[in-house]
Amino acid sequence: MIGRSSNDIPLQRDGTSRMLPWLIGPTVYLAALAIAGMLALHGMLQNWDRGLAGTMTVELPAGTAEPVVTSVVTLLRTTPGIASAQAMDRAAEAKLLEPWLGNSVAVQELSLPRLIDLHVVAGARPDLPALKTKLVAAAPGAVLDDHQQWLDRLYTLALTVEATGLAIVLMVSAASVLTVVFTTRAGLAVHRDVIELLHGLGARDGYIARQFQREALRLGFAGGLGGLVLAAATVWGLGHVARATSVLGEQAKLLPDLHLVLWQWGTLAALPVIAALAAMITARLTVMRALARLP
Amino acid sequence: MIRFENVGMRYGTGPEVLRDVNLNLEPGSFHFLTGPSGAGKSTLLRLIYLADRPTRGLITLFDQDISRLKRKALAPLRRKIGVVFQDFRLLDHLSAFDNVALPLRVAGMAEAKIRQNVTELLEWVGLADKLNARPPTLSGGQQQRIAIARAVITRPQLLLADEPTGNVDDEMALRLLRLFEELNKLGTTMVFATHNETMARQSGLGRLHLENGELSSL
Ligand SMILES: Nc1ncnc2c1ncn2[C@@H]1O[C@H](COP(=O)(O)OP(=O)(O)O)[C@@H](O)[C@H]1O
Ligand SMILES: [Mg+2]
Repeated sequence: MIGRSSNDIPLQRDGTSRMLPWLIGPTVYLAALAIAGMLALHGMLQNWDRGLAGTMTVELPAGTAEPVVTSVVTLLRTTPGIASAQAMDRAAEAKLLEPWLGNSVAVQELSLPRLIDLHVVAGARPDLPALKTKLVAAAPGAVLDDHQQWLDRLYTLALTVEATGLAIVLMVSAASVLTVVFTTRAGLAVHRDVIELLHGLGARDGYIARQFQREALRLGFAGGLGGLVLAAATVWGLGHVARATSVLGEQAKLLPDLHLVLWQWGTLAALPVIAALAAMITARLTVMRALARLP
Repeated sequence: MIRFENVGMRYGTGPEVLRDVNLNLEPGSFHFLTGPSGAGKSTLLRLIYLADRPTRGLITLFDQDISRLKRKALAPLRRKIGVVFQDFRLLDHLSAFDNVALPLRVAGMAEAKIRQNVTELLEWVGLADKLNARPPTLSGGQQQRIAIARAVITRPQLLLADEPTGNVDDEMALRLLRLFEELNKLGTTMVFATHNETMARQSGLGRLHLENGELSSL
């Protein structure tokens, strides 16, 4: 459909399609950002999922006596399906709080709840309600946190963000398609005389459509490329900001890591091509429909 | 070659411009189509070169009933017909060369062959030095020769001319007529519409006359 085509219709001079790249550009820009965001979000969720799957935390109220802590650890270690249980010592807990509260003696003296890290045997499903009952019996006020609720909420949030992004991209894409349709129709109207002459000389509809297609492809690609370059700059800039704000260390970033790997950049690079092809196909269908009305 | 049976034609809801037109043109014949202005000469030609469909009646072109043909099949038929318009209808943004090359490009001829054919024909009509000139920079006579070259570049079996002598002096009109007769001798069927009945009468060639939408053979 691209191939060699004549240049009888002066489409490049009429100005009807001049605005096309300015709509396809932003469309590709938004699509690229949305996809980059989704890829980053997926990466982040996977990391958390991998890090948290198979781990649980038992929280004992502040001031729980040391022998009680030891007995709870023993209880946990003998529970089927639990691979290991390790009470965090006070120094480790204080270190966790250090970024927020600073490293003062006062922190050491705070009365903090005691935390016990659990690892589940891979694939095992410990009987959590039963375990909870036993825990409370051994240490009143003990809480078992399997992180699941937190992860579920995170997934719901991610899904909402993705759906919103997708909806925006779809709407802007639809607007772009309509612009191609109207641009093409304007071109058909402006060059009506030329088109009727070509038709009269025995030109097939495809011969005329190809000239519109080629123009839509060219402008779509130009706009798409511009949008992609801007999107790449934005992703790169956001990645920079994300790294700069990760003062809390690798584990606690305010922004998701927008660092994309090669295949992800490749996906984004396909966007201008997709946009150009979509513009081309839209132009073709529009012209073919209009020409079908000629005798 | 061309056969009309009880053909009627009206534009939209207007009056019938052509009424019960019957005609049968043999291959290789030469016909004038005369009649006063507004008689329907251009309309009759438009039906022949497939720019319009008749509102009633039967048209047979190159042995094919055109009402039975799919829209797609009309393009190859149009390529067998050359048309010279009174207003030339050249494309101002294309050079003389590209204007004449248009029917060949539309037909998908290779560019090298196009170059050769078009250059030869433009030499033949005396425009060898105007290959790259755009129509607006040329005289009316030169534009007309480009229009004729474009109409005959594909060696059409049927050549239609709609008032080609409308805007030229008597001597030029005569030379044009000689050119068309020459093409006719080479085998092209020719229909020459004009309101200049004197020229048609003096030529001694076949005459079709349109008056009040009715066609008669003189
Ligand atoms: N496109 C059109 N729409 C409506 N009426 C038309 C159209 N073209 C021609 N006519 C009318 O048809 C009649 C015949 O016109 P035409 O075929 O151009 O005559 P001629 O070529 O013999 O001068 C005229 O009355 C003209 O006004
Ligand atoms: Mg006329």
